[in-house]
This record gives sequence, C-alpha cells and structure tokens, in this order.
Amino acid sequence: MTLKLKNNSLTLDATDLKILQALQEDARQTYTAMGKLLGIAHSTVYDRIKRMEHHGIIKRYTAVIDAEKAGAKGITAIMTVITDPKESEQVAETLGKAPEVLEVYTSLSEELQIIAKVVAEDQESLHAFIANSVAPMPGVLRIRTSIVTKKFKETQFSIVNDSKRLTLIKEKYNEVGER
Amino acid sequence: MDSRILRNLPREKAFYFFISIGNYTGESAASLKEFLEKINEVNAKSLEFHLYRGDFEKWIAETIEDKELAEHIKNLRDLSPTGEDLKSGLYRVVFRRYSELTSMF
Repeated sequence: MTLKLKNNSLTLDATDLKILQALQEDARQTYTAMGKLLGIAHSTVYDRIKRMEHHGIIKRYTAVIDAEKAGAKGITAIMTVITDPKESEQVAETLGKAPEVLEVYTSLSEELQIIAKVVAEDQESLHAFIANSVAPMPGVLRIRTSIVTKKFKETQFSIVNDSKRLTLIKEKYNEVGER
Repeated sequence: MDSRILRNLPREKAFYFFISIGNYTGESAASLKEFLEKINEVNAKSLEFHLYRGDFEKWIAETIEDKELAEHIKNLRDLSPTGEDLKSGLYRVVFRRYSELTSMF
C-alpha cells in the first residue's frame, strides 16, 4: 500500500515515511547513517530525500531552539477568539501577520473560533497585545486566553513508526488522494 | 471644560472590558456615555479587574481626556470597593460627571 498526496504528484511508501521520521529525529545525520538505521542503501536515502524536497514534502531544515536555555524570557498562551463568521477569515489573516502570533487555526464548534498560539514577554505585554490589537478587530466577539504553565510535548508533524498506525495513515491519505 | 470629553471615539480607541488577562468579555465603550451604560451591563469582576489595574483612570485621562473624572475614579479605587458596591460606586461617579458635562454642552 502506498501513500498518495492530494495532487497525486508523489506517492510515498513505508520507506519514505521511515526516512521522514528519521529526519524529524535528527535532520543532520548522514545518508549513510540513515541508510544503516533503516537497512537501505545510502543512495536510496539520498534519492528519496531529494525527491521529497523537490515535491515540497520536506519544506525546510531548521533548528529547534530551547528558548529558555537560549535566555529568552517570555510566556506562551493559547488564545481562542470567537468571531462573527463573516469576519473570521480577515481576523485570522490579520492575526497571522502579528509577530506575537506563532500559529493560527480556525475551528467550528458551537461558534466559529480562531485558535492562536501567542507569545509575549510577560502577562502585561500579552494583555496589552490582546486588548490593543485583537479585541478591536472588527468581528471579534469574545476572547478566551489560557497561559501555558508547562510544556509536555511540541512537535510539528508526527510519523508513527508502528505497522498498524502506518497503515491507517496510508489509508487516510489514499482517501484524500482519490477525491 | 472641553466638550471633546463627550465625543465618540474610533473603534481602536474604545475601552474593551476584560474579566482577567487576555479574557475579553465582548463589551466595549467608545464614548463616556457608552462607558456609563456598560458599567451596569458588565460583570462586576470585570470592573474589579480594570479598577485595580488602573485601566479606567488611564483610559479616562489619556483617551477620553478628562483628568477630573480620572481623579474621581482614583479616589474610588482608594476606598477598595468590590462587587456590587464597586459597580454602584463607579456608576455614581461617572454619572455625576456625565450629567455635569451634558448640562454644560
């Protein structure tokens, strides 16, 4: 079974997924080390990675910085903005442009919500940002904010190295690909 | 005395009522008149939150530009009212000043 992407431009198989997982764990390891780890030739690793880079599956290689150890002081908060549906797109786009906002999502439960991850120097700066820049946006009805007290996990996209889960992921992607 | 105190403000200069850090109630006031009305509508917890941070005084003095009312609010804060006492006390102070201003202009 293979994993098809939405535009059908590339089909990923179990080897590709394992390479992606290995890269997520350590993107600086050599093709040889990765090949040894996965039991495949380093040239295969190279080819697969280049192909995934070419198709934009691997978007970039970056450093994960421990902000605390780097000396950065600050707080993280999860902000839920309840909006007028007519304005939600605009609110989400404007939020996305603010340097304080790291991530923005829309979600539909009882009301249309925008969920954003926000960082600030301290609680006062966080409040000032929300009061001066978010609350006045047209279409903002209410805001709920929770300040993060402890982080247990943070990752971008997980590839689960489990045969059953891998199959589920593949099936899910096949469904998308066939639409 | 300046009639500007009674003007309507643009949206970005309105007062936004929060219940705690980052938790916006959805209520705002873009003039002294609207501020007076909202005192009766918002939760007393929101009034407590803003009074003891000095937010009302700051907005009234710097945005509405009424130093006299800001001073009255500061005096009210010094009495440390809470809950409904705060709500009625704040309403009284702002209403008195608003009535005084509207009778002049």
